[in-house]
Amino acid sequence: MAELHIALEVNGEQREADVEPRTLLVSMLREDLELTGTHVGCDTSQCGACTVLVDGHAVKSCTMLAVQAEHTAVTTIEGLGQPGSLHPLQQAFWDKHGLQCGFCTPGMIMAAADLMAHNPEPTDTEIRHAIAGNICRCTGYHNIVAAVREAASVMREGAAAPATNA
Amino acid sequence: MIPAAFDYTRATSVEEALGILASDEGAKLIAGGQSLLPLMKLRLAQPARLVDIGRLPELRGVSKLDDGRLSVGALTTYAELMDSPAVHLAVIRDVVPAIADVQVRNRGTIGGAVAHADPAADLPAALLALDAELVIQSSSGTRSVKADGFFQGPFATGLAHDEILAAVILPAPRGDAGSAYASIQQRASGYPIAGVAAVVFVGAGGLVEGAGIGVTGVSDHPYRAHEVEDALVGTTGTADAVAAAAALVVGDREVSADIHAGREYRAAMAVVHARRAIEAALARAR
Repeated sequence: MAELHIALEVNGEQREADVEPRTLLVSMLREDLELTGTHVGCDTSQCGACTVLVDGHAVKSCTMLAVQAEHTAVTTIEGLGQPGSLHPLQQAFWDKHGLQCGFCTPGMIMAAADLMAHNPEPTDTEIRHAIAGNICRCTGYHNIVAAVREAASVMREGAAAPATNA
Repeated sequence: MIPAAFDYTRATSVEEALGILASDEGAKLIAGGQSLLPLMKLRLAQPARLVDIGRLPELRGVSKLDDGRLSVGALTTYAELMDSPAVHLAVIRDVVPAIADVQVRNRGTIGGAVAHADPAADLPAALLALDAELVIQSSSGTRSVKADGFFQGPFATGLAHDEILAAVILPAPRGDAGSAYASIQQRASGYPIAGVAAVVFVGAGGLVEGAGIGVTGVSDHPYRAHEVEDALVGTTGTADAVAAAAALVVGDREVSADIHAGREYRAAMAVVHARRAIEAALARAR
């Protein structure tokens, strides 16, 4: 099958790849663009480990074709923060022990990022609904919810009092 | 899991997509792909060509028609539907959050759900209860059909190979109406074991003047339970009247059975959730 040449924005950078039509977005991210922070768990659209943002919306990248992402803006876990300057969600997952094995963490964080974008002050119930499409099999959801709650609080403070010496 | 190889065309107009469908028996439409791609990854579906209609602007958006009804473009995602005036219909507010999860609701489309016609999809129950209309386009023109009768079997509908479902028409909200959706979900998949949507119109003295009952997950296709509607209309919606009407929700239909629920249990759950949906709808109408 002939490959198609596609261009898209990934974590703020213009990227290009040659993909078969059947190439899944997650495969292109991991194998062509070498962004292995996005995980493949169930590969059946249930576990949410592969969650990324496409044009700001959380989607399961195992259930989207790479060609469907052409000319979109994709954000993966690598695009949220960097070692030394973690995103508040990454920092909060660390501080609140929101992970043990870490396999589900990138997907959890990207799903939470979608929630934060339209609900800066989520209740615990809203947080639980927001991550209903993400399965954790070791940490347990309690600390994950606590981490998202903490991150929301930090992000609200950040929005209310922007750093003056930035 | 990797789908079998296929050719891919991103349609730039409805006409182009219709042309490909008419000339290529192996072509299949894809929009959000939230139902189709999992089937393709399992190789239960192996279309030779995918025609991607996901970016056609003419199939997008929710707009109000002159008569107050809402035209919901086929490409409207579940998430977009919840951000639209369609949320004035209580049954829509009930049913959409019951569908899958945030990520799937961000990609999955209303038109895709209807055209795919999973026998346990939640949305068709609401569309049946609301007496929604489906706008279907082909190269020979546009036709409208009722949701009632459109769902014919598992993944089988009244849509021909060379047609595109363009829009779903929802009724205008009415002051005398109440509606609700009640379901019991299979915990792991979230699909309903039995799901019932109810719409009631309540007049003076609490008289039920009209009703729409849509059922999913119970039989091999979503259906409208006219027997329940007929039994409800003309009553004042007392607990006894609701229970008597709900008891008719299965009738002589063949009830599905799987590892999650046998026939007897599924039928019993259909009755329970018919009663709950009707009672919630009545409470909202009063």
